[in-house]
Amino acid sequence: MKLVTKLLAGAAVGLTMAGAALAQDDPTKVGFIYIGPVGDGGWTYEHDQGRLAVEEEFGDAVETVYQENVPESADAERAITQMALSGADLIFTTSFGYMDPTIAVAEKFPDVKFEHATGYKTADNVGVYSARFYEGRAVQGTIAGHLTESNIIGYIGSFPIPEVIRGINSAYIHAKKVNPDVQFKIVWAYTWFDPAKEADAAKALIDQGADVVLQHTDSTAPQAAAQEAGGVYTFGQASDMSEYAPMPRVSSIIDNWAPYYIERTRAVMEGTWESDNTWDGIGAGMVEIGEITDAVPAEVKEEALALVEAIGSGEYHPFTGPINKQDGTPWLAEGETADDGTLAGMDFYVEGIEGEIPN
Amino acid sequence: MDSINPILLIASLMVASTPILLAALGEMVVEKAGVLNLGVEGMMITGAVVGFAIGVNSGSSVLGFACAALAGAALSMIFAFITQVLLSNQVATGLGLTLFGLGLSSLIGKPYVGIKAPGFAKLDIPLLSDIPVLGPILFRHDPMVYLSLLIVAAVWYLLTYTRAGLILRAVGENHSAAHALGYKVVRVRFAAIAFGGAMAGLGGAYVSLVRVPQWVEGMTAGAGWIALAIVVFASWRPWRILLGAYLFGGITVLQLNLQAAGSSIPVEYLSMSPYLVTILVLVIISVRGNHGAPGSLGRVFHASQ
Repeated sequence: MKLVTKLLAGAAVGLTMAGAALAQDDPTKVGFIYIGPVGDGGWTYEHDQGRLAVEEEFGDAVETVYQENVPESADAERAITQMALSGADLIFTTSFGYMDPTIAVAEKFPDVKFEHATGYKTADNVGVYSARFYEGRAVQGTIAGHLTESNIIGYIGSFPIPEVIRGINSAYIHAKKVNPDVQFKIVWAYTWFDPAKEADAAKALIDQGADVVLQHTDSTAPQAAAQEAGGVYTFGQASDMSEYAPMPRVSSIIDNWAPYYIERTRAVMEGTWESDNTWDGIGAGMVEIGEITDAVPAEVKEEALALVEAIGSGEYHPFTGPINKQDGTPWLAEGETADDGTLAGMDFYVEGIEGEIPN
Repeated sequence: MDSINPILLIASLMVASTPILLAALGEMVVEKAGVLNLGVEGMMITGAVVGFAIGVNSGSSVLGFACAALAGAALSMIFAFITQVLLSNQVATGLGLTLFGLGLSSLIGKPYVGIKAPGFAKLDIPLLSDIPVLGPILFRHDPMVYLSLLIVAAVWYLLTYTRAGLILRAVGENHSAAHALGYKVVRVRFAAIAFGGAMAGLGGAYVSLVRVPQWVEGMTAGAGWIALAIVVFASWRPWRILLGAYLFGGITVLQLNLQAAGSSIPVEYLSMSPYLVTILVLVIISVRGNHGAPGSLGRVFHASQ
């Protein structure tokens, strides 16, 4: 009991000191919670690039801290709490599974601002942000549909959440558009980061005849597996993964978080921060398409770049009707585009994709 | 549902199982000597990065494996010194070793991100590998797969039929009695811990040089913990460890293949099946007989006590 009292007293002192520190105009402390290691070469790597950009932008006026490899479990709440206790003014929690822990911790620390990536729950001091990765998936689907000779495209899914399902649907719609015979084989790895398992999943898909493998997991392992197998095309995920260009990696989706992180940090420093719900895509520069290599035929590259242009300018929406759901019921009528609400909660495949989405 | 090619499947099944098998076998010997080393994950990841770095720089995977074993053993010597000489708590020290290994490996590995691994030729045994069906299944793997199977047999033989194995088990079952009989408890344990470290290092290097093959930070992603669990569920017996590791690795690969082939079994069941089946099978075969942990497991030994 005594120990508990002591700990609480210590925490209280820590909090007061954090308050005092703010008043003294000390550096603004920005914290980051990562799902994988910063050296994963993908998702977490790009978030960390954003963190470094914040440091570069504000210099001594900010101090950043981060914690890697935080599981999406009770551990997350502990890690976020610890960061808040250590005096962070703004905390970015960068994986979908941190949603409820972030909300829970935010209730206990009303003066700390939180930003949760890819989620949908907000509060007075919790904002959410995500990127429209599905726009990039449309470009990948177009290239993949042209490249595949076996007409089998493999897809490594992480968890069956709307963000991943949107990507699968978008890639499928656009692959199908350029190649009506295309078939998707989807493997759920149930992990964001496990290189050995990701490589196994890629190998399983390649063994099943896939000659293009798309991934929605964080490491470069599927790229290595494809390189080993030979004759298989891949796309960089979350980060450019250019070390695998020009083959197997023929293009990539790059998440560019830096501008958003800088803007939100500035808002906290200036006291103008408000809870937001940001969802930017190619147009705003949050999603970038990595260089399309020469392994892709010139006319395909041109078509892909035109698509990037059309999506970026807002002229084309990747989910434009007519599109039916997997069971054949109509979803979008001719010319109709999907609204953000449906996209944010997407829990169905579009017509033509085989298999069921796990619960 | 499309069919799965059994020959390809078995090849990737063996590749997926070998890292866990190596690490679990090493840890079993350590625990048989009465020491609980929870640093398997740390030693594996260190082996993975050292094996990869040496493999890339020298162009030789064999040298990479050798150095990975050395690195794993070297790291385990820190653990041995702290727990056997300074008599610290083994659980805490082991966990510390894992954290240390993860940090150390990411430091060493920085320049090796995104580099291609040196090739590791498969052992294409002439004549035997030409036997239809059996040939490709049994005789076309890389040498580490065969080596790991040899080590299982060797460990089993040593522990069961030799004097050295008897002494090691005596030290693990009751270190005071072993000490009273004049055996050097600490020395035996140092040797066992070094062996465990070397095996974990080999297992890690197998992930970075063969299974993936590349270096990514944190790439063992919990394989060391699976190895630790398999030791317990296999009741500290080498052949059961082989069974456990192959079941776990095999079903992990099988379920991914079933998904890719469009099986009608729900994915939720498929993805939990490696854990469920491995535990079930090992528990069922252990229902009878003596399968307790070594008597002195995890206890601190000092000659004066």
